[in-house]
Amino acid sequence: MNLHILGPFEPYILPMIYAVVIVLVLPLLAGYIVLLERKVMADMQARLGPMRVGPHGLLQPIADAIKLLIKEDIIPDEADKAIFWVAPLISVTAGMLAYAALPFGPVFQIADLNIGLLFILGVSSMGIYGIVLGGWASNSHYSLLGALRSAAQLVSYETAGGLALVSVLLLGGSLSMRRLVQAQAHIGIWFIFLVPIGFFIYLVASIAETNRAPFDLPEAESELVAGYMTEYSGFRWSLYFLAEYANMIVVAGIATTLFLGGWLRPFTSVSWRAPGSTIEVLDLIPSFVFLFASAYCLWRSPRQPVRIQKLVMVLVGLLLLGLAGLMGWSITASLAIRHGVHGAFWFMAKILVYLYAFLWFRFTFPRYRFDQLMRLGWHFLIPLALVNVMGVGVALVLYWQYGWGLGPSLVLTTLITLVVAGWLAVTDDRRQAAAALTSAAGGGD
Amino acid sequence: MPGDLMLNIVLFYFFAALAVVSAVLVVTRKNVVHSAIFLITSLLATAGIYLQLEAEFLFAVQIILYVGGIMVLFVFVIMLVNLDVSLHQLQFNRQWWVASLLALVLAAQFLIAIWLGRGAVNLSPPVAAALQPNSELIGQKLFENYMLPFEIASILLLVAMIGAVVMAKRRI
Repeated sequence: MNLHILGPFEPYILPMIYAVVIVLVLPLLAGYIVLLERKVMADMQARLGPMRVGPHGLLQPIADAIKLLIKEDIIPDEADKAIFWVAPLISVTAGMLAYAALPFGPVFQIADLNIGLLFILGVSSMGIYGIVLGGWASNSHYSLLGALRSAAQLVSYETAGGLALVSVLLLGGSLSMRRLVQAQAHIGIWFIFLVPIGFFIYLVASIAETNRAPFDLPEAESELVAGYMTEYSGFRWSLYFLAEYANMIVVAGIATTLFLGGWLRPFTSVSWRAPGSTIEVLDLIPSFVFLFASAYCLWRSPRQPVRIQKLVMVLVGLLLLGLAGLMGWSITASLAIRHGVHGAFWFMAKILVYLYAFLWFRFTFPRYRFDQLMRLGWHFLIPLALVNVMGVGVALVLYWQYGWGLGPSLVLTTLITLVVAGWLAVTDDRRQAAAALTSAAGGGD
Repeated sequence: MPGDLMLNIVLFYFFAALAVVSAVLVVTRKNVVHSAIFLITSLLATAGIYLQLEAEFLFAVQIILYVGGIMVLFVFVIMLVNLDVSLHQLQFNRQWWVASLLALVLAAQFLIAIWLGRGAVNLSPPVAAALQPNSELIGQKLFENYMLPFEIASILLLVAMIGAVVMAKRRI
């Protein structure tokens, strides 16, 4: 690109464009993840979910957004006005800033920071101020209790999640998100298969950090109305909502980059070509995914009840067909375009799989009690994460200094860590049973 | 003036002004929660200056430890305190003018010292070699050259933590 007229600001142009794209697309993406959540929930509960606005409810997020924008904005009389006003903005800003270092592919990344992972963790940990200050400024007991729970929960689970990430950093040897993916490409295997326990700990911790069920105690509606969001309504409430979904995508992005191979396609090191051509067969997967989705939409469109819905369904089908064409065309295009487009596809696909796991847990597990949540964090996950980090360290020493293979040494230490996990769970259960006995005998403390 | 340098200067003065103004507001606000928020902005502005000096690791540590950890606990405790009492108390006692006089004298001393030593300060742009990725370097320095002090500091923190738990808990 020839942008020399811009002089010294030239290197900032492309990142700025990326940033604007992310800020514009993120609310839409959050809206459609909400739709996905409602559809998955409906499916698991044998219902249909939203079906009215657009075919299969495809325009529901837009209707919801308009509804939220034109709702009355209520600020309680007793609230601390300035903080009440600013708190949702803090949450959203912190959630969106983290995207600056998230690699949506080898090309589509705003900044490849040397401290990428630390930047994302630090910036997204500031989102807690939005929750805490919003809960305090509302001047309501429900809000304050929700905010306190949220602060305690986030601080506890950040430790376990951070320690789980350290086990990957030991293997990857860098804090830069891009180099961590490159390390996985170099080894030829995703880190989830090398440190499965680390992934498990991060999965649990990330659910707790984003305040999702079964750890959604800050907004437990059966006890706290809506927790820290009780006094918020309309647009400000939707900002909190946006921040929650932005944070979900961020933790999914961290897990994707660190454990699931980032923008790499499955079986990166496998080269499987049709005879007499240079096209990788596995590179065709994205095209076929979109092609099938498009065919399904076009097939369903005559069965829609109203003519406008038929039209929208055909449009969606054509859009998906266009995406399939883009994926197919990019295989034959230059290397940068191919890697950029396909990397973005695989990254988003992995994020969606991770988010699907979030939804799945939400509709499967009952909500934890607050003391159970704290016990799980402090008595089980943090010790386990420490043992896991030590195990990976021992495996690396065996690999570097004693000539073991990386695989066997990691399998050995993972097994040892699993034994420790079982021991932790059993002793914690016994201690709980003993505590329950003594408190029952003593008539409470 | 090259645009990059101008941008740098603008950013520096923005962060510096933000840090100073919010530091003053920390002291003058009556509401403790407002003070805590301004303390957070002051810490964030300092982090911004670190980032501008390409001390990326220090920036991350400042945000994760001070803003994301310590200040969260501060706010956590403040929210549990009854604020109405502090709102009706006198914020400054009658010796405030002595303190501000001393502060002014101290500031004057600093200014004079900086002015006298201005020849020793070299404000030329840093050489490019000095700006290599520094989180790896900090790690190497900590774990190779300064291993013992680092471990002693961690043990000190551990002892402090255990001491706090022992003092706070009635029955262990």
